[in-house]
Amino acid sequence: MSGANRREGWGTRVGVILAVTGSAVGLGNFLRFPGTAAEYGGAFMIPYVIALLLLGLPIAWAEWAMGRYGGVRGFNSSPGIFRIICNRAKGAPYLGVLGLLVPVMIYTYYVFIEAWCLGYAYHYLAYGFGWDSSNPADQGFFGSFIGNNADGELFMHPAHPTLVFLGICVVLNFVLIYRGISKGIEWFALRAMPLLVICAIIIVIRVLTLGTPDPDKPDLNVINALGYMWNPVYGGKSLWVSLQNAEMWLEAAGQIFFSLSVGFGVIITYSSYLKQRDDIALSSTTAVAGNEWCEVALGGMMAIPAAFLFLGAEGAGGSTFSLGFTSLPKVFLEMPAGWVFGFLFFFLLFFAAVTSSISMLQPAIAFLEEGLGLDRKGSVCLLGFVTIIGTAFVVYFSADTKALASIDFWVGNFCIYVLATIQVILFGWVLGLKKGFIELDSGAELRIPRFVGFIIKYVSPVFLIVIFAVWVAQNFGKYVDQFQQDNIVRWSLMLIGLFLVFFVVLTMQAVKRWERQEQSERAEGGASI
Amino acid sequence: MNLGGWIIMIASVGGTTCFLAWCIYRVMRKPKHRELHSTLDRPPDMNGEE
Repeated sequence: MSGANRREGWGTRVGVILAVTGSAVGLGNFLRFPGTAAEYGGAFMIPYVIALLLLGLPIAWAEWAMGRYGGVRGFNSSPGIFRIICNRAKGAPYLGVLGLLVPVMIYTYYVFIEAWCLGYAYHYLAYGFGWDSSNPADQGFFGSFIGNNADGELFMHPAHPTLVFLGICVVLNFVLIYRGISKGIEWFALRAMPLLVICAIIIVIRVLTLGTPDPDKPDLNVINALGYMWNPVYGGKSLWVSLQNAEMWLEAAGQIFFSLSVGFGVIITYSSYLKQRDDIALSSTTAVAGNEWCEVALGGMMAIPAAFLFLGAEGAGGSTFSLGFTSLPKVFLEMPAGWVFGFLFFFLLFFAAVTSSISMLQPAIAFLEEGLGLDRKGSVCLLGFVTIIGTAFVVYFSADTKALASIDFWVGNFCIYVLATIQVILFGWVLGLKKGFIELDSGAELRIPRFVGFIIKYVSPVFLIVIFAVWVAQNFGKYVDQFQQDNIVRWSLMLIGLFLVFFVVLTMQAVKRWERQEQSERAEGGASI
Repeated sequence: MNLGGWIIMIASVGGTTCFLAWCIYRVMRKPKHRELHSTLDRPPDMNGEE
């Protein structure tokens, strides 16, 4: 296919950088990273930086290069791009199905979490202005807000507030997607990302100027709070002993991997809208740098130090959700003008979530348009219908967030590892380093060092496969047991299977369509000769 | 907070800040000879396809 002549594209270079950064910056930056880093102390940063250099940056460069390589040739979705990279090999588009399944399935539960953030932001505002007496720090607020107590809890009330917030989030996402790359995604990223950074900086300044909030507890001061987060000697272990902890290396690699959104199928689609003369080397590096700055310089100075200051070391631990939606509200309750900072914090999480969730929809939209020939309205309607089924499943089976956790495990972890490994092998071994670097160098304003080729071809795949193997060994047994014992886990897997079959069937249709188009183009070319 | 904590915090926060600042500087700086890198809108292997 010689490419659609009437193709969408990014309006500005800053727009594409902010859109990719926004796609990567999410709850993981502000909650998962600080929680994980504090668990291991400052020693965590050493494997974290090594994983960034060996895994994060090389895969990001590879994904940007493959995306534009396919985009210039008329494809914006993983099935189409993989097919082009593999010289139209029969099976290649089906490998790309993961690039549709992963973002769409993650969207089905991510938009629910997005609604929690919006709901919390609203509740802080309502509490502050006296419209509502309930505070997110109240006992049981989180459980009843997300329907944690029983399946179907949120549907028992005809207009449960969480469902209203969910509806707002769904509409917002699809309106932005409907408006397109430049007028929707880029327009929103150009506004949301600066606002997000401003909110984060205000909160960081507030946390760092809290001093000793409770004079009766002099140990709970800012310096000790930062020490809790960054001290390399942690839990009585020296830096050297800490570095021998294999689990910490795995966690660091996983954090880099998930934080940068590599292997999601999003970057490959976003970069496919760039032109051949556009720079991708510096833009991709800047997007990575933006994500890392948000994660380390903002995320690392915010949630954990704040939780330590008011709740001590015990309150600063726990899972991502418990830190964000249970511990931090208690912090905001104790903090002077806490409702303002509570609102700002959850508002920033909401913006971070929206910039991520819209990016999860675009790969499937691109595929429906180029694979099935649907117009924007048709593709948005079809994808809207499909994702609402998935989200309704997650929202209905809300008890203990079991459906959410199951889909997150199988798609948000398992499938992402598989897709990232496929991508890095495609770049290093199928497209080849020579073509890959020609693509990276085209329009480049930054020269990627050539030894990166060796890293992409040999080190990154081995690194990924080792992490994946260890991760499977650590987690798989537990989830197989759950599969055998828990109906919701089984149904979640059936839902994933259903989505997979749906995208495989669509891909079969798309391949037929692309082959017909190529045949007619060849015939036209022959006739004109 | 001990000395190691200060060093890691300053290196991490400072390092990511400098990395981003350097990238922003490079993005904002107008390339002097942009055409030297690429004058192509279409890659060489696609020339003549239409």
